[in-house]
Amino acid sequence: MIFVFFLILLMLIAAMAASIFRDLISAVIAAALVSLIASILFYFLQAPDVAMAEAAIGAALTAAIFIIAIRRTSRYEE
Amino acid sequence: MRRIVAILLLIIVALGISLSLAKIPFGTPKTKVGRHYINEGVKETGAANIVTSVVLSYRGFDTLGEVTVLFIAAIGLGAVLTGATEKKARKTEPASLVLYTGCRLLFPLILIFGSYIFIHGHLTPGGGFQGGAIIASGFLLIYLGCRERRISRKASKLTESLGGLLFVVTGLLGLAFGGYFLSNFLPKGTANELFSAGIIPIIYIAIGFKVGSELASIIDNLIEES
Repeated sequence: MIFVFFLILLMLIAAMAASIFRDLISAVIAAALVSLIASILFYFLQAPDVAMAEAAIGAALTAAIFIIAIRRTSRYEE
Repeated sequence: MRRIVAILLLIIVALGISLSLAKIPFGTPKTKVGRHYINEGVKETGAANIVTSVVLSYRGFDTLGEVTVLFIAAIGLGAVLTGATEKKARKTEPASLVLYTGCRLLFPLILIFGSYIFIHGHLTPGGGFQGGAIIASGFLLIYLGCRERRISRKASKLTESLGGLLFVVTGLLGLAFGGYFLSNFLPKGTANELFSAGIIPIIYIAIGFKVGSELASIIDNLIEES
């Protein structure tokens, strides 16, 4: 139970970091961390189907697509 | 000033949501239809995984709509990116030996794991969408590690179309034999065996191929154009 609350706290910190960071690559990695922790929490809530989809799409593919888009534009936010 | 107003509004919204949801007990079955799925789902559809029996049997038509949404998104992305300017030859650093060998060794294992997930969708957690996403992440690994390898666009289009066609044809066969679209006309067999649950494994294999090739072609389009 303490582990779950620790994960939720980490998720909140990562979500805030994703909106605060000026370096967009770091922000994308923080957003992928939010997805990864969400998938672990889905597993603890006994929804392994959703956890799999969240880990594969939210953490891997979305982050990759964002990073490709950032490479095409600029890396730092003004 | 505006920031303070925004924070106050957020606090009010959070209070409202938490107060209105506080009285509802968490995780108790309330609807009759949910109880019916849990008690009778395995008997009626033959699939040991109840989520799969809901997604593909009770709500199979919605899944067809979901697959169509993903298809339209991939088509739209391809249409937007085809009009881009002609690409210049970009110089790319070759990947290091460790990364190259690791990607080449991991890729078939990821493919096998993804196909395991969608072939066993009616027995274990997972299914066509999850397995397809895992296969697409394997293709992403190949694109990052072994830069000179590319999937053929024609083959990915063909796989995608055949997957969608298999889904719709299975549904129409259900209409012919069972009386309604996507009816389970094959024998259901005993639950917990690989060859059980009638048309559910066939449809999940079709969805797995379709989603995998669609997501891989999205990544392929983006990497080629960037």
